[in-house]
Amino acid sequence: MEAKIIELSKIAAQIDQDILTTGRDCAVGVHIGGNLTLSQIMAVLFFEVAHLDPKNPKWQNRDRIILSKGHGNVALSSAMARKGFFPLEELEKFDTFNSMLSMHIDKHRMPGVEISSGSLGHGLSVAVGAALGAKMDKADWQTYCIISDGELEEGSVWEALMCGANYHLDNLTVILDRDMFTIEGHTEDTMALEPLADKLKAFNWFVLEVDGHNIKELLDAFNQKSPDNKPKFIIANTIKGRGVASIEGKASSHFFKISKEEAEKALEALKIADMEA
Amino acid sequence: MNDNKQSQSPLVGLPSRKAYGKVIVELGHQNENIVALSADLAGSVNLSEFAKEFPDRFVNVGVAEQDLMGVSAGLTLAGKIPYASTYAVFSALRAAEQVRTDIGYNGLPVRIVSTHGGITFGVAGATHQALEDIAVFRTIPGMAVFSPADAVETAAILRATVDLDGPVYIRLSRVAEKTVYTQEFEYQIGKPDLLIPGEDVLLVATGMEVGETMDAVKLLEEKGVKAGLLNISTIKPLDVKGLAEILKNYKIVMTVEQHNVINGLGSAVAEVIAEANLNLKFHRHGIMDIFTTSGPYQDLLSYYKLDPEGIRDTLLQVFDS
Repeated sequence: MEAKIIELSKIAAQIDQDILTTGRDCAVGVHIGGNLTLSQIMAVLFFEVAHLDPKNPKWQNRDRIILSKGHGNVALSSAMARKGFFPLEELEKFDTFNSMLSMHIDKHRMPGVEISSGSLGHGLSVAVGAALGAKMDKADWQTYCIISDGELEEGSVWEALMCGANYHLDNLTVILDRDMFTIEGHTEDTMALEPLADKLKAFNWFVLEVDGHNIKELLDAFNQKSPDNKPKFIIANTIKGRGVASIEGKASSHFFKISKEEAEKALEALKIADMEA
Repeated sequence: MNDNKQSQSPLVGLPSRKAYGKVIVELGHQNENIVALSADLAGSVNLSEFAKEFPDRFVNVGVAEQDLMGVSAGLTLAGKIPYASTYAVFSALRAAEQVRTDIGYNGLPVRIVSTHGGITFGVAGATHQALEDIAVFRTIPGMAVFSPADAVETAAILRATVDLDGPVYIRLSRVAEKTVYTQEFEYQIGKPDLLIPGEDVLLVATGMEVGETMDAVKLLEEKGVKAGLLNISTIKPLDVKGLAEILKNYKIVMTVEQHNVINGLGSAVAEVIAEANLNLKFHRHGIMDIFTTSGPYQDLLSYYKLDPEGIRDTLLQVFDS
């Protein structure tokens, strides 16, 4: 277990590095804040939890991963490239004309992506549909859906929450990137979501709360079985812009092109953290 | 297609939505990947029989049209062929972005079969009448759009589109349309059907207005006007070349539809006329960019001049000279 955690921590650090270098070298900017929240989640999901075959991305029994927060595409691209879905060099072309990788996911250009996304609040319904389809076939593949907390302000998400519980989709796991921010500010100041866990439990979901940057806690949550055939909802508490001291935990980290100096500083800090891990 | 040796279809006289209810069961037996979904309107959209026959392949998402479309998109990730049904106004407007982004942008084989198109749910008023759906769906890249004339054509379209590799929209009625086709036939996607050649003018109609216009042709004949009738049930992909070939034989053309005249069949035909440089007089007849009132269907048809008399009078008034 310990070795596994160290290995996944290293992968998460590499994803962090990819986000920072992409954020430094890109044309206009990336969603740095809301991508640095995803590094550990992506590492755990792609390198331990989900059953995938990068050589055969349409393998029928693969687990389906749906990134509802389509702007988390830098973290996703990094994880998928490192998993072997496409060359890592593609990241250097992020957001350039007709590149495989852009601000929001395009499944037609990105091999292995299940669904294009970007407009908020769509992914959970799609995930519910995939999980329902698996149930109809009595197939044992799983569906994972990564959403942002800002998306919970969309009514469509609550339609999907009702539906997932109604159909007892215990083959569906939602991972909420709870960084407490939308583009305009703190969620509890703009449109309060708390008490979130209580709301989700009242919607008949099996709710777990973890530190979204803690590999062990994430692994334990993924491995825990839902009672009463409930769909699983992991609230992953994260820090927006984690790893970049000047923007950590600030709404201002939402979207920007990081300066060379700031990127160097953050990359240096990551190297130290990596060695300690 | 009207081979006399063939017997009359048992679907004749049914509203297109009832034909849907029967054909979807037939298709369900042929293809086990077919799943039907409704948003708390299974009875109204005629999916009750499918739900009874295939309880494990029927999904009611509740009163939640956005979820209806998102769940349908997701089901394709499990290899399913979802048939998502609700009223036309809700699939086109309430769930427009889910249809456009989840289904259209991803190019997924979801079949959106909507009932209560046009003003066919007259008494329900403007909230339940769909006068924008053709406009919305034909603007989504890759979306095939069908507007069958009656129950028999609905069946033909459903059978012809079951294997299409992309999203499909089929617009149905609430009421029984006037019968246009009596015998079952193999539908050719995209091909306009010249039902009556005529020679003085050509009436181009779609959906529930085809039967109404057919009767208008008879009324015009009494006035000494030899009108032709063209049924366009594939609104998209529109056979632009084939349509231009037909249109160029006429000097006067009028479209008839239960849709806003803006961005419906009339606009589609106008685009063909303009781009083919056809020299003809043209008028779009339909709902003239207003929110409709409520009332019994027949009263509305008459009020908006979409019944045979209204179509006749409109044509004679517009092309007075």
